[in-house]
Amino acid sequence: MAVFNLTINRKNYKVDVDPQMPLLWVIRDFAGLTGTKYGCGIAQCGACTVHYGEDAVRSCSLPVSSVGDKAITTIEGLSEKGDHPLQLAWDETDVPQCGYCQAGQIMNAAALLKKNPHPSDEDIDEAMSGNICRCCTYKRIRKAIKRAAEKAGGRS
Amino acid sequence: MTTHTVNRRDFIRVTAAAGGGLVLGFNWLSACSPSSRQAKAAVHDLNAFVKIDTDGLVTIMAPNPEIGQGVKTALPMIVAEELDVDWKKISIVQAGLDTGKYSRQVAGGSGAVRSSWAPFREAGATGRQMLVNAAAAEWQVDPAACSTEAGKVWHKESGKSTGYGDLVEKAAALPVPKNVALKDPSAFRIIGKRMPNYDNKAIVTGSIKYGIDTRRKGMLYAAIIHPPAFGQKLQHFDDSEAKKQPGVQQVVSFDNNIAVLARSTWEAMQGAKAIKADWSDDSKLESTGDYADNFRKILDRPSQEKPRRKDGNIRQAFAGAARVIEAEYAAPFLPHNTMEPMNFFADVREDGVELYGPVQTPEKAQSDVSKLLGIPKEKIKVGMPRTGGGFGRRLKSDFVTEAAMISKLAKAPVNLIWRREDDMGGGDYRPMGLYRYRAALDQEGRLIAWHHHSVGVTGNPSRQDSFPAGAVPHLQVDALEYKSPVTTGPWRAPNHNFIAFSEESFLDDIAHQVKKDPVTFRLELLEQAKQHPVGKVDYDPDRYAGVIRKVTEMAGWGQPRPGVYQGFAAHFSFSTHVAEIVELIRAGDKLKISKVYCAVDCGTVVNLSGAETEVEGGIIDGIGHALYGELTLTRGRPDQTNYDHYRLIRMREAPEVEVQFIRNNEKPTGLGEPGLPPAGAALANAIFAATGKRLRSQPFIKSGFFG
Repeated sequence: MAVFNLTINRKNYKVDVDPQMPLLWVIRDFAGLTGTKYGCGIAQCGACTVHYGEDAVRSCSLPVSSVGDKAITTIEGLSEKGDHPLQLAWDETDVPQCGYCQAGQIMNAAALLKKNPHPSDEDIDEAMSGNICRCCTYKRIRKAIKRAAEKAGGRS
Repeated sequence: MTTHTVNRRDFIRVTAAAGGGLVLGFNWLSACSPSSRQAKAAVHDLNAFVKIDTDGLVTIMAPNPEIGQGVKTALPMIVAEELDVDWKKISIVQAGLDTGKYSRQVAGGSGAVRSSWAPFREAGATGRQMLVNAAAAEWQVDPAACSTEAGKVWHKESGKSTGYGDLVEKAAALPVPKNVALKDPSAFRIIGKRMPNYDNKAIVTGSIKYGIDTRRKGMLYAAIIHPPAFGQKLQHFDDSEAKKQPGVQQVVSFDNNIAVLARSTWEAMQGAKAIKADWSDDSKLESTGDYADNFRKILDRPSQEKPRRKDGNIRQAFAGAARVIEAEYAAPFLPHNTMEPMNFFADVREDGVELYGPVQTPEKAQSDVSKLLGIPKEKIKVGMPRTGGGFGRRLKSDFVTEAAMISKLAKAPVNLIWRREDDMGGGDYRPMGLYRYRAALDQEGRLIAWHHHSVGVTGNPSRQDSFPAGAVPHLQVDALEYKSPVTTGPWRAPNHNFIAFSEESFLDDIAHQVKKDPVTFRLELLEQAKQHPVGKVDYDPDRYAGVIRKVTEMAGWGQPRPGVYQGFAAHFSFSTHVAEIVELIRAGDKLKISKVYCAVDCGTVVNLSGAETEVEGGIIDGIGHALYGELTLTRGRPDQTNYDHYRLIRMREAPEVEVQFIRNNEKPTGLGEPGLPPAGAALANAIFAATGKRLRSQPFIKSGFFG
């Protein structure tokens, strides 16, 4: 057991846990932010994707001891009012079916758009193939990413 | 609070709620309800209702579990349409389990919209009529001279209008009108439109709560250990190391399971890893490699079982046939792999039980826990959160009874969370099976006899009335069961999910061998079923032919394009007719699916956006599992228990899909499942078009044609 000070969604959290505990479970069970989901625990499905600084990471496979003081952003902190271009596009495109994987999909797509504001189909395939959607909403995910990129395009 | 009960229709009652709101409760299918007394008593609980507050806000209850099939949006759309309200101003609330008021609270059989269509329309229309009557009385005009639009009653002649919120108190005191008129479909403003999933905003901001997110005061997280192999049982275990793990609070054991309870999910999982358990063999430990031989031995013996279907005399027909064609198709086990693994919250107390979590059959969960714990059902409350996928796995409630037992033994509220490995390795698979087909043809290449002879792990592996049944004079279905310790269960479009592939591949094969266009060959059979039906025919030959013609138009069937290979398949399931065409192109030395076309006849489409995504997703799901899905076992142990060894279709492999619905005003039929079954066959038939090879066992990835 050890004490860790984490910054999640610009808020500080102090937790006393096993250093090996993956960030996912600290976020869900200690910070109480349940928007980030457990899917596989081995970084294969992407449901647990959060931002570690600017990067999308699989929080199920990142021990809390390796987080340091880098800022963590979860789906709850992606935008203040739920109006990130991807969140709006996801609703407009009516992407979710069961919805369980979508927080991870959006966080992964947000990191993609930050690095590549106008991704091609191939860029999207490449970046998003680590995120499984069992309902197979892939077609609408692609459409929503493009829609968000178009809208955000005016700003960048 | 005053309550006005009008006993005219069993399923429609009206209650003035505290605060002057009109609550219109309806118990649909109450004719099937075992106890009308129960239904009557439940009205006072206001569980099944349409509620309008004095500000005009309309609340509609969603009674069915939402597992991603869109019912939380689609069912309220039906009510809102007839009630004539502004969709943007309604709120939808998920109801808990109360079968006294809601007769069917199941997510399964693609049945929610099918069974709710008529009673939901009637409930909405009755509420609307009461609001009209209230306005007409106030204005002293004929109700027939009034109309409604978007939450307002209008009297066009005088130009008067009033909002529902201002009328609701008066309306609540009026008698419930009889035989209200339903809208003509041409007047629909909500049904048939694209309405986004009601929970979208909560989903995209992470505020929506799934069962796995349940948090209660004093709650412990539980991890479970099941026998590692099918056919094993628990001998003994040592929990001394587990109890030393940080956060671990208790270890309990029941049946052949061990549960570790901790203050967090991961600590419970780590505790479970530290358990040392010995398992003994309770029965033969099976390996999937042995199944093919066992299956063949069973199929080689003449069946002693009664045929599932028998038309004419296949023996004579085969003996006199000009030509006989045979083929064999193999289905692997498939786990469901819902993204949200099995989990459930249970709080078993002296005074009652609270169950809350993702289950497709909440009533069964309640009754199973009642039987297990000897607690009357009335004392067991069941709540349903939004659920991270079902695909049939959550029709079973094994994880609910486990949670209840753990809570009882630990004397604490618990959230039981299966690890992905428990989930994928936990059985209830789509059955493995072997399907043998024989077709007899006459001199003109007409199909005169059909024999389906199959064996599958536990249960009937066939759908005996599936097409071409009804179109063939001599037909027999012999479907046998192979008993195994490996548990199997319904998997999205049970049996249809594989036999659509075997039947439609075989029909394609026959068509090519008799040198007929595969589409023409099917249309001729459907004409045969229409003109000279044989035995039970549950599909509609005209509607079947309708989707086939539609999809061939969409895809330009019969107009070859260089480098593009098409495969066709159609299937009828859950009262819905679907036809699909898969298009392949070459990408280097591999094949790539470039496009899938699909035509669907599901009667009236309620939510166009939801319907489209169900079918698109179903097709990609069907293609993904046909290409990659296979769970194997070695001595009873699943060889794949997580996504590093089990492949699910991903973004880069998901093809473009174009779906069109046949426009008609027929009543709605199933939609959560029917899009899936034809996809694997259409793909296999396209592979034949591209390579000349018939793939008869899944997954197709083993063929080497795909990357």
